[in-house]
Amino acid sequence: MSKLLEIEKLSISFSQYFKGLEQRELKVLSDLTMDVDDHEILAVLGSSGSGKSLLAHAILGILPSNAKVSGSIRYKGKEMDDELKEELRGNKISFIPQSVNNLNPLMKVKEQAIGYIKDEKDKEKIIKKQREIFNQYNLSEEVDEMYPFQLSGGMARKVLISTALLNDPEIIIADEPTPGLDEEAVKETINNLVELKEKGIGMILITHDINTAIETSDRIAILYLGYVIEITDTKNFSGEGEKLLHPYTRSLYRALPETYFELTEGHQPSYQNIPKGCPYHENCSRQIRECHYELPELREVNGTIIRCFNPLGEGD
Amino acid sequence: MDVLKVENVNFNYGSHKILTNLNFSMENNQVIGLFGDSGSGKSTFCKVLTGFIKEYEGTVTINGEVPQGGFNPIQLIYQHPEKVMNPRWKMRDVLEESWMPDDNLLDEFGIKREWFNRYPSELSGGELQRFSILRALNPNTKFIIADEISTMLDAVTQAQIWDSLLKLARKNNVGVLVVSHDKKLLNRICDSIVYLSDITE
Ligand SMILES: Nc1ncnc2c1ncn2[C@@H]1O[C@H](COP(=O)(O)OP(=O)(O)OP(=O)(O)O)[C@@H](O)[C@H]1O
Ligand SMILES: Nc1ncnc2c1ncn2[C@@H]1O[C@H](COP(=O)(O)OP(=O)(O)O)[C@@H](O)[C@H]1O
Ligand code: SF4
Ligand SMILES: [Mg+2]
Ligand SMILES: [Mg+2]
Repeated sequence: MSKLLEIEKLSISFSQYFKGLEQRELKVLSDLTMDVDDHEILAVLGSSGSGKSLLAHAILGILPSNAKVSGSIRYKGKEMDDELKEELRGNKISFIPQSVNNLNPLMKVKEQAIGYIKDEKDKEKIIKKQREIFNQYNLSEEVDEMYPFQLSGGMARKVLISTALLNDPEIIIADEPTPGLDEEAVKETINNLVELKEKGIGMILITHDINTAIETSDRIAILYLGYVIEITDTKNFSGEGEKLLHPYTRSLYRALPETYFELTEGHQPSYQNIPKGCPYHENCSRQIRECHYELPELREVNGTIIRCFNPLGEGD
Repeated sequence: MDVLKVENVNFNYGSHKILTNLNFSMENNQVIGLFGDSGSGKSTFCKVLTGFIKEYEGTVTINGEVPQGGFNPIQLIYQHPEKVMNPRWKMRDVLEESWMPDDNLLDEFGIKREWFNRYPSELSGGELQRFSILRALNPNTKFIIADEISTMLDAVTQAQIWDSLLKLARKNNVGVLVVSHDKKLLNRICDSIVYLSDITE
């Protein structure tokens, strides 16, 4: 195994104007550190709006121009500058976007899947491969000639996944590949992701579908308000969640319809006033004094990486 | 009591038959789950119900009457909120086009007031979905058709949103049709579950 992608202290902020005059920085990702090996799937879970998609966009170099980025992203040990990001994007690093709006509404499905290819021979090869992959996903030849508006939500998603597989990528960044897919198609996707991993691909799988994360990933990173709060072994997402150490992670697990559908009070606070201290303290039942004043640093507890002063134990 | 009734609905996209002789009815005190394969026509059915598709055969009625122009008492909450919001409108206008909920309700759904001044592309998928849910909860709404509305939410938010939505629906006597691929979710929140293949031919 070797490190394919290393992200260190990545921060992203946006400047926004308030009341037309005052300019403020919105920090939407803070000091994010994580890495992915080959043959590995790292799942990224988190509250909605915790910065998952922006993380993906940062790796790909497709953040909006008003975003400010600091920290480091390395591909096989090499610092990724804008040039390298552009070179890798769509080739060595493939993206499965969250929004089906990423399909070009004016282009037929097959055309946009294969992209622009000059060489006739190459084109033939890719077309053949495109058909094979589409077949795997039960996308018939009829679909090749459809425009995006003619696809159901699930079909559009299948098109996005198949397209990402066309260029033999080394790394895949998948942003919510499964919503809108029926049980059969989710199973198919899970099999595909695992197969890709076995071939050697390293993957960041951003998802709210914890089931898919559990079935495919090796480790799970949890984000909250732009912070990584826990990186844990996937097998800890089981039972009553007793091996999950961060209070938010445990709530997340216990809120699943298949576990307890447990209701947790409180919403993620606003980025405009990220609370001092621990980002979760406003909603945390285990807060202690320092939680209000200090930001807990990432540290290791029993093989889990966690950002919390007062983590849960197995008996809690 | 309000009764939503769908009788002998047929709909095709060109030569592609999607809904054949569909019959369905529900009452405003019910929460019903709708389950079916992807591409089988669930979203199409939702659009027929809510008037986004008009050229179908058959009837959709509330208490025997076809809903007339103006505000539609059958409101759709869509799978992809970004697709049904005007990208050039700020979120305040997106919401106000339907109505403006009071502060309590905005808080209950975790809507931050600063989001009002942003465009849809400047919010996350989950944040946008909370707006579209509130937009649909207009006081004149009698039925809500929820087409995979929580698949892009984290589990904590999903549990909260269904709790708030269903509380409000029960209080205001609004019936809810819940489309989802998540059987376990449907089992948690619905009084009963129907299969699209069982209500069509
Ligand atoms: N262009 C932008 N300008 C200002 N704020 C933005 C912009 N894009 C995203 N944000 C904010 O950054 C935060 C993170 O957004 P992001 O899309 O990464 O969330 P996410 O974790 O992918 O959420 P979801 O699970 O709902 O998709 C959100 O609060 C969002 O409102
Ligand atoms: N605007 C359209 N034009 C042509 N065909 C469409 C259009 N929208 C959907 N379809 C087709 O109708 C079928 C049902 O779609 P949909 O109702 O979205 O499915 P579901 O919601 O059950 O996944 C699919 O085969 C899809 O390709
Ligand atoms: S640091 Fe404190 S407030 Fe934050 S999660 Fe841990 S116990 Fe809760
Ligand atoms: Mg996202
Ligand atoms: Mg659908």
